[in-house]
Amino acid sequence: MNDFTQGFVKALELLVTLDPEVMEITGRTLAIALSSCVISTILCLPLGSLIHFKQFFGKRALLNVIQTFYSIPTVVVGLVVFIFFSRIGPLGVFNLMFTPTIMVIGQVILISPIVLGLVIAALSGVDKGIFETALSLGASHVRATFQVMSEARYAILSAVIMGFGRAISEVGLALMVGGNIRGFTRVITTAISLETSKGDVELSMALGIILIFIALLVNIVFNRLQQR
Amino acid sequence: MALIETVNISQKYDDREVLKNINLKIDKAEVFTLIGPTGAGKTTLIRILDLLESPCSGRFLFDGVDVISSRANQLEARRRMSYVQQRPLVFAMDVFDNVACGLRWRHMKSTATKRKTEEALELVGMTAYINRNARTLSGGETQRVAIARALVTEPEVLFLDEPTANMDPISTAKIEEVLAHIINEQRIAIIMTTHNMSQGQRMASKLGVLINGELLQTGSVNDIFNVPTSREVAEFVGIENILQGEVAEADNELASIRVDGETVRAISNYAVGGKVYLLIRPETIVFSLSHEAGSARNVFKCKVNQINTIGSVVRIEVECGFNLLGVITTEAARDLNISIGKEIYASFKATAVHVIPRW
Ligand SMILES: Nc1ncnc2c1ncn2[C@@H]1O[C@H](COP(=O)(O)OP(=O)(O)OP(=O)(O)O)[C@@H](O)[C@H]1O
Ligand SMILES: [Mg+2]
Repeated sequence: MNDFTQGFVKALELLVTLDPEVMEITGRTLAIALSSCVISTILCLPLGSLIHFKQFFGKRALLNVIQTFYSIPTVVVGLVVFIFFSRIGPLGVFNLMFTPTIMVIGQVILISPIVLGLVIAALSGVDKGIFETALSLGASHVRATFQVMSEARYAILSAVIMGFGRAISEVGLALMVGGNIRGFTRVITTAISLETSKGDVELSMALGIILIFIALLVNIVFNRLQQR
Repeated sequence: MALIETVNISQKYDDREVLKNINLKIDKAEVFTLIGPTGAGKTTLIRILDLLESPCSGRFLFDGVDVISSRANQLEARRRMSYVQQRPLVFAMDVFDNVACGLRWRHMKSTATKRKTEEALELVGMTAYINRNARTLSGGETQRVAIARALVTEPEVLFLDEPTANMDPISTAKIEEVLAHIINEQRIAIIMTTHNMSQGQRMASKLGVLINGELLQTGSVNDIFNVPTSREVAEFVGIENILQGEVAEADNELASIRVDGETVRAISNYAVGGKVYLLIRPETIVFSLSHEAGSARNVFKCKVNQINTIGSVVRIEVECGFNLLGVITTEAARDLNISIGKEIYASFKATAVHVIPRW
């Protein structure tokens, strides 16, 4: 217990003094999660619109598959990415293993089903007449699609925030493909996981507090949006 | 060349035909009103004309161009039209942006957009709501915004689906005035639907009656209301006396037609033996206590079966071999001292009887 209190005090010290290592890890964590989130959104908005607006054979099945992948284990994504990008894998030539880039790629794969599924749900929540109203007011099909997205903006933002939450809090994938290399691929979750096992409790605690703080912030924004 | 021309347009929803071989021609600056009962297919037809849905068969020429096949043509054509839907939807933006977006999508400069948008809102009396979130508007306010955003793009064709259905009489009059102004000022074609017969009569240069997916009759207001060509149209426009008969004698234009054993004299060209319907507007029937023919060729002794007073008029149903419905003023009813079972005389002119064929 004494250890714990000591650790906590030390952790607060690290936070208040803006300890360089803590700040560096936090910065990288945010950068990687935000990149994944932005890339996933850029992919999922058009793809989601396409799936939503087009009628095609197997649409229901596809939606079911997407929903199933909401809860895909992070380590499974890690495994798949590893198989593809390891030196002997088909994409091994890019030499991306244990870099921030591969972590972003993994996270994009991890969160895209959630973002995609929720984007489609968001678009489905908009009255079908909005699209036609836009068309009849002279919008092109693309423009009318944007109008529907704009009507669904809060729900779409919720989708993105959900994706961000999953990206920033996962550890299995980051560890497997990032490798927790100090000063290079170490992020909050991998640091906590490994530093704790090595006995560096203060750093872990400081980072844990930051992670909870970020989660809190995300939650507040998320709730605000849902109240609209 | 007609601005809008449809050739045998049909539409089906899961095997149910909702439009059957619609042939329409509408010119620039024509005001065409579609009337017809609920579910007749009026909205469906307008949606096809606004290129929001494709018919299952038929051709649609807009300004001479076939617009069903090509999407590029459709966008271009649609930008020359405006559509005020039966239940208009507004975007989750303020009223100004709702009206302005049509102009923005046509790449109009922002100063011109602002000026035109403000003018359009002024026209429909919605200036005070310019910054309001459009989603918070009432039904009638929403409809006025929908009319403003339809007019702001200065379309060549304006589709109005029940444009004043959500409005009180004063707002309705105001909107009709706005539309009348536009009809006078701009050479715009208007295609509207209405359940409000008097609105149809006031505004239209041409009427079309759509019943059960079929365009049964098009013509002037007078044609439709006084010279319907089918029983369905006659019923729909409120000709309440529809008698079945057979031509017994034809003498030049004046014919004797047997109806339930009685003889009705009417103007008709149908040959002896022809099966016909006789259409008689209730207000053309005159009731009296004695057999005073006057100029009326048809005089029947009859018994009063039913009396309904509605406001200042009295509707009486009488039986004279066949049933007749008449409408008289309350004063006339008082003078006749009318009561159920009483025997009176019903008379109407031969020219008041409109004869159409019965298949
Ligand atoms: N998308 C659809 N799927 C199936 N049936 C439809 C669809 N749209 C319209 N209908 C049916 O087609 C028929 C014509 O509908 P429409 O809306 O054109 O009638 P309307 O003449 O406009 O009626 P109202 O005067 O009540 O507005 C109706 O029976 C309606 O139920
Ligand atoms: Mg309708």
